[in-house]
Amino acid sequence: MNSKDKINGIMPGNRVDLFVEFIKEASTNLPPDVRKIIEKQKSREEEGSRAQQALGIILENIEMACTRETPICQDTGTVIFHIHYPGKESTLVLRRELTDAVQKATEKGYLRPNSMDSITGENPGDNTGIGLPVFFFDETDHDELEIKIMLKGGGCENVGAQYALPHTALNAGRDVNGVKKVILDAIVQAQGKGCAPGVLGIGIGGDRVTGALLAKEQIFRDLNDKSPDLLLAQMEEELLEKGNKLGIGPMGFGGLTTLIGVKIAKMHRIPASFFVSISYMCWATRRKSLKIHDNKFEIS
Amino acid sequence: MKEIIHLNPPNIDEKTIRSLKNGDMVSITGTIVTGRDVAHKYLKDTFVLNHPSQQEKDVLDQLEKHLSGGILYHCGPVVAKDENGKYRFTAAGPTTSIREEPYEYDVIKLLGIRGVIGKGGMGAKTLKACEEFGAVYLHAIGGAATFIAAKVVEVHGLLKKEFGTPEAFWIIDVKDFQCIVTMDSHGESLHESILQNSRKAQEELNATFK
Ligand code: SF4
Repeated sequence: MNSKDKINGIMPGNRVDLFVEFIKEASTNLPPDVRKIIEKQKSREEEGSRAQQALGIILENIEMACTRETPICQDTGTVIFHIHYPGKESTLVLRRELTDAVQKATEKGYLRPNSMDSITGENPGDNTGIGLPVFFFDETDHDELEIKIMLKGGGCENVGAQYALPHTALNAGRDVNGVKKVILDAIVQAQGKGCAPGVLGIGIGGDRVTGALLAKEQIFRDLNDKSPDLLLAQMEEELLEKGNKLGIGPMGFGGLTTLIGVKIAKMHRIPASFFVSISYMCWATRRKSLKIHDNKFEIS
Repeated sequence: MKEIIHLNPPNIDEKTIRSLKNGDMVSITGTIVTGRDVAHKYLKDTFVLNHPSQQEKDVLDQLEKHLSGGILYHCGPVVAKDENGKYRFTAAGPTTSIREEPYEYDVIKLLGIRGVIGKGGMGAKTLKACEEFGAVYLHAIGGAATFIAAKVVEVHGLLKKEFGTPEAFWIIDVKDFQCIVTMDSHGESLHESILQNSRKAQEELNATFK
């Protein structure tokens, strides 16, 4: 295990400093599960192939970013926080402190100044703006505060998709096979845009908003876990295997590794709608968790 | 292991380019120039569609010096300045090339470019330019920002600074910058063939969902 896979400590006087450190970790130190799967896939690709070379460069880049504490990818994307907080925490304060940390992390070069006015194009230069950074809050019934962060790159966000079943062109009906067909289609459509290999987060059901949110939440899952739902777990495995048979490969150069993970969840829907929402995350799957409890913290 | 072909811009001759095929690995050592959305639009608007002023012609002269027989890189770098006021690239991954599709044919023709580096590949018109004028599209590793920045050994200067850091033309020396040829000068695109193959595989796999 890399010594930096986990960071533990006593809470510093100023929480914002810890939040800046947390953002730095997300931007510069790729999670160990992602790194390991890329390593494993590199050894499976044909010796000397362009796919293997591409994965080799990706791994070298990950290593260099970690040692130099520079962003893994220059597109540090949309900064998204999912926060599970105990009742005693104020969401207002958390919002303020985390926004402050985002500004500081941008100043230090851990984040690229990405936020811009949608109409005028004006960039405030500190990654804040209307709706940015992104926050989701969930109150929990225990004492631990957990903040999850995701840096979602633009190239891969652009190839996310939402299909409404039935889908005539794909001959995809309102059943498990229909769901699988549209997911496969999304992988084909994404080639050459989001940097492959990628992770698919999939939300089955819900409405256009909740389905998309469920899809994106799946990207927080460890690449080695399985859905607790047996059917969904089987779908995850099957689509990972079949998606990798499409031959798109790293960077779309061809090869065995198009995907490094497929994570599926479902929610209830109403009879008239059947959405399959797909969020695509590139190989630079930048996500971290910060847990705070009893004046101690852990970043993993 | 496939042999690596060395390219030394801006002195790349047509014969070398014509000998390259899709899937070839190249290693670039020499002087190249960055340019993305604003740069492409500027080149077409100023020099292809209009009559440029003397001042603009001077810019073109400068660009030609580095790009005729040279390589254009689709990249919006993150650039730092050290204590001595010298520029240094800190992040320099490729940007998505297809956005430059409306301009690239004219840009390749205008400057006599032999290679374009980017990610994701480009369309039919650029492929036609590669065939007509003897150029190739070179694919860098998307997202490998730190790795590629380390290949930039020297920043010579910049043109059109007013475009802003990501959009200006940066003239840089690179050493051993590895890329893969994905669109050659014989009308073939690796992206197109992989897309077609993946569509075929998709159909076959769809039939297994029973
Ligand atoms: S898709 Fe991911 S790796 Fe590629 S440029 Fe965007 S953020 Fe970086």
